[in-house]
Amino acid sequence: MHKTIDQINGRIRDGSARVVTAEEMPGIVAELGEEGALKEVDVVTTGTFGAMCSSGAFINFGHADPPIRMERIWLNDVEAYGGLAAVDTYIGATQQSETREEEYGGAHVIEDLVAGKSVELRANSRGTDCYPRRTITTELLLENVNQAIMCNPRNAYQRYNAATNSSDRTLHTYMGTLLPGSGNVTYSGAGLLNPITNDPKFRLIGSGVPIFLCGAQGMIVGEGTQHSPAGGFGTLMVSGDLKQMSQDYLRAATMTGYGVTMYIGLGVPLPVLDLDVVRATAVRDEDISVDILDYSVPSRSRPSLRKVNYAELRSGTIDLNGEEVRTSSLSSFRRARKVALELKTWVEKGTMQLALPTRQIDPLKVSKPMHQTTRGPRVLDIMDRKVVSIGEDEEIRTAAQKLLKGETNHLPVVNGAGTLVGIVTTFDVSKAVANPGKAHLVKDIMKKKVITTTPDEAVDIAVRKLEQYNISALPVVDPENHVIAILTAMNLGKLFGGRWLK
Amino acid sequence: MKLLVTFSRKKGRKPIIAQVVRDTGVLINVERAIIDSSEGEALIEVPDDQCRLVSDTMTGLGAHVRILDHGISVNESECVDCGACISICPREAFSFDSEYRLRLDEEKCVLCGRCVDSCPHRALTLAL
Repeated sequence: MHKTIDQINGRIRDGSARVVTAEEMPGIVAELGEEGALKEVDVVTTGTFGAMCSSGAFINFGHADPPIRMERIWLNDVEAYGGLAAVDTYIGATQQSETREEEYGGAHVIEDLVAGKSVELRANSRGTDCYPRRTITTELLLENVNQAIMCNPRNAYQRYNAATNSSDRTLHTYMGTLLPGSGNVTYSGAGLLNPITNDPKFRLIGSGVPIFLCGAQGMIVGEGTQHSPAGGFGTLMVSGDLKQMSQDYLRAATMTGYGVTMYIGLGVPLPVLDLDVVRATAVRDEDISVDILDYSVPSRSRPSLRKVNYAELRSGTIDLNGEEVRTSSLSSFRRARKVALELKTWVEKGTMQLALPTRQIDPLKVSKPMHQTTRGPRVLDIMDRKVVSIGEDEEIRTAAQKLLKGETNHLPVVNGAGTLVGIVTTFDVSKAVANPGKAHLVKDIMKKKVITTTPDEAVDIAVRKLEQYNISALPVVDPENHVIAILTAMNLGKLFGGRWLK
Repeated sequence: MKLLVTFSRKKGRKPIIAQVVRDTGVLINVERAIIDSSEGEALIEVPDDQCRLVSDTMTGLGAHVRILDHGISVNESECVDCGACISICPREAFSFDSEYRLRLDEEKCVLCGRCVDSCPHRALTLAL
């Protein structure tokens, strides 16, 4: 048995369609069987509500008098794109205010407009024969602009890897606050309610399909950017009228230390055409697994600590290396449910009818990493190979002499086997001399916890270590922890005027 | 009842909390304390009916005492019930109810403030 989209739309029109949410579907299939569920259910609604950074809106302001061709544009001090001629712009969610930084950004401008608040438009131009005006400043409400069309390049991620942090300091990431020592795990996603998860082969989700977008009737434009469904990370590009949206489903947010983002409520209604749709929409949280990635590794490929499914994540605690670790969701399951329920009401009342894709989305695509023709500077490019080190059993006086003779402020300390065991600085030696006490040997005054780098490490990563630990040098070590060089703040000067600035 | 006690240690190093426990007989629960060479701040919990006695005795010993009626507060119009705060709180003051609505057990809060910055929606504030 199968149903056609016209049959389903006919039932929606006469009010007899049976609409359920994706959360109800596994239970219905368990009770009625697949054939029974196909007969019973006409539409399954999905929903998700979470941080979707790749979002924004096109706005057309209408022409001023005298007219202006805006080149640089700010909305409440948040810069918007000025390359769309005359009076069009695109305001991106993550663009930050020039005055309020991460506490206010493009997402806040969009939320303020939706909330009916007034927003200041400021723009300038070089002036042309046809557009003589050079500057404009005006206060605008959403109702004053011709169009405000949300168009989000990458939304509705099929799933998202969970995050933890094995380092010894708190990390502030787009995955929220990650406590040291894998003190917590954060995750995002609506699990069994997620739109693509309920149609992973993209049979029903594609260009032109009507959706719920932030309380408005929007539509799917096509595949989203970075769409990578082969590995379970499909995305959608979506669009909708900002003027129809509601603050209930659109919220600006700030991930401390990362920046501004926007929480988007998005749902797709799926017509139950055949048994394949029944099986796909019967997906449960237990069936959807992701990796827990260690965000303390500052690299594109972060190591996975284990696989975990959404049921485990939602339970509040998971086991990580034999320890019970608490989980935090960054997306709201409660609001995802609200999206699916609201969409269910729309379809039941007939305010939204369904459509099949006018163009299919590729279900097998894999997204590529960036093609890099140059690699940035590495530590080996600028490190100082003439490193002076000292043995841990030497006297403090010897350390002082070495510091003077080597014209350095840092002495890596090595043991008898030549491996790094500590570091002493001019400050440590001065302190020992100024307050003579029991300390006589280098090992009595050295700092045992040494932050190091390696020759292959990117300079940008080494620089973040210097900043984070408020230090001015990093011993460069080989895999056996032998000191082979040192990187000091002074070496960073080599980056300027050299080939790295090309 | 929770009290925020601040004291200067410039005038000697009086063991204020120990002395109040001895003098009043009230068993004080120290929930959080930051004490360095010159000053200290401690968040203590005492039974409601003995709050006034402890507060007066501490004030008499030169400490500054503030009675804290509220722990962290949740702005319900900003909160979207994501739960980012749940794993951050060292006292497990936040949880979900069966409807995935965020619940705060204010009694557990020790006003450490760690959740404030972890809230993407800036819905949590410390009334200090």
